[in-house]
Amino acid sequence: MRRVPDTATRIKIAPDGKSIVTSDAEFVINPYEEYALEQGVQLKEKHGGEVTVLTLGPEKSTSVILKALALGADRAIHLKSENFPDDPSAVARAIAAELKTVEFDVLLFGKKGVDDDNQQVGPMVAELLGIPCVTQIVKLDISAGKALAHREVEGGVIVVESALPSAFTAEKDLTVPRYASLRELVAARKKPILVKEPQQFPCGLEIVSVQYPPPRAPGRVLGKGVEAVPILVKVLHEEAKVI
Amino acid sequence: MQGPILVFAESSETEFRKAAFEAVTEGRRLADISKTEVHALCIGHRIKDRASSLGKFGADKVAVADDEMLSLFQPDFYRQIALDLAKKIHPSVILLPATSAGKDLAPRLAIHLNTVVAAECTELEINNNEFVATRPAYAGKVLLKVRVTGTPKVATLRPNVFTAKERVPPISPLVESLSFQKPTTRMIVKEFVTHGAKKLDLTEATIIVSGGRGMGGPENYKILEDLASVIGGVVGASRASVDAGWRPHSDQVGQTGRTVSPTLYIACGISGAIQHRVGMINSKVIVAINKDPEAPIFGFADYGIVGDVFDVVPALTQEMRKYYGKR
Repeated sequence: MRRVPDTATRIKIAPDGKSIVTSDAEFVINPYEEYALEQGVQLKEKHGGEVTVLTLGPEKSTSVILKALALGADRAIHLKSENFPDDPSAVARAIAAELKTVEFDVLLFGKKGVDDDNQQVGPMVAELLGIPCVTQIVKLDISAGKALAHREVEGGVIVVESALPSAFTAEKDLTVPRYASLRELVAARKKPILVKEPQQFPCGLEIVSVQYPPPRAPGRVLGKGVEAVPILVKVLHEEAKVI
Repeated sequence: MQGPILVFAESSETEFRKAAFEAVTEGRRLADISKTEVHALCIGHRIKDRASSLGKFGADKVAVADDEMLSLFQPDFYRQIALDLAKKIHPSVILLPATSAGKDLAPRLAIHLNTVVAAECTELEINNNEFVATRPAYAGKVLLKVRVTGTPKVATLRPNVFTAKERVPPISPLVESLSFQKPTTRMIVKEFVTHGAKKLDLTEATIIVSGGRGMGGPENYKILEDLASVIGGVVGASRASVDAGWRPHSDQVGQTGRTVSPTLYIACGISGAIQHRVGMINSKVIVAINKDPEAPIFGFADYGIVGDVFDVVPALTQEMRKYYGKR
């Protein structure tokens, strides 16, 4: 689980042209991981057990860890690093190294971070651990040591059965996250957070530059109401040449 | 850079996806720069007869794994086949379409090859042996240029961004069958359940008619379906209308939905909030229909009509019907 700028935030490029200014961004739990967490809590409510959240990130990630504990996680592992490289393979190796020391039945990830959009860590961790991984799931049922997941693909879903322990990456439709009550937010402060340093691994990506996308040439309003419709069809055909 | 360019040519049933042709074409371009060959990999069932058609897009060799067990994307099987081939031919670059299968397969392959993926790339460059990929981050609010230092260079290519080009004359590729031995697996891919009538995915569509909060309710999407069917488009939706339960999430365009780049995007009753904008800003032509002249969408649409969607959209359907009828 990770702390990321809210999707409504405008993103500013730092003067070095290689990074993002995040000082005035609003931070949240990465939305896809919020769906995953909610799934974990629902599984606990149905089958018993415990939910542990794992975060690799800076000191400031504590805010989202507390939020997750308030939303129903029982404990947290914080692999604390102020500037861990934003490289999915290094992140996956650090997480897999930690998970080798932890027992679990179900390993849930968000399908991707809404910041770097890499969409790699979940399946990489699963491959490193040698466990099944079903990505982009919109439904998950567990029974008798088996998982039945629906994976969203182009034009439909693929139904996948896997043996536990299994990893999954959450797509948006998986769950509707709950809200934490004030009482839960207070109680979260008493839940255990294990703080450790992540192992370091080599990286395979270097950022050369960060740029804003080229602006679109300004368009024009063709008119008001139905009278503008014939003009639209004409320009789409003659000027834009898309029909 | 040494070693061939390996391209995963994804198929759906017995047809290659358009994104596969795009990836092979881009692989050819890179191979010409680094003076190497393009090897395409096809995995599926009853796909073998089509394999040589990849020569039209520039494949020198095509490796085919054809087996009934491979008819649907099974991560363990596909990963094993691709990994075995990569270990045999030592590619310098591996390209995959950034489809649901490509995005699942790429990181599995990369981690076993001790490398990483440049994901959802929109541009690739090879300069003096350096491999630099342009890829959107923050859903496209910024573009990153990343140097891929790992080897091989693994990249997924965003569909509809790279152009598939047929060569004249085509290459007659060497087609090689790969033997498929089922690896041990702890997951079984059971079935594909379609969302309905063979609908094209938004990421593959060339025309999208999208509706937002201004549609007022789920029953009103009928007018968008009508327009879409006349112009050969697919219906999309904004986050507001998905969160309201009017449309399924698979229809959502935007930061927590699909990122699309169709030729024509018609936004109906969509204000154009940043998280929607980033999902569709790379459409070739954007049309906005909204009754609020101040809506942000008019700031980046190519053509706008200020008006009520319930008047304008049916009139547009009518006009398009006339237009297509005449041709």
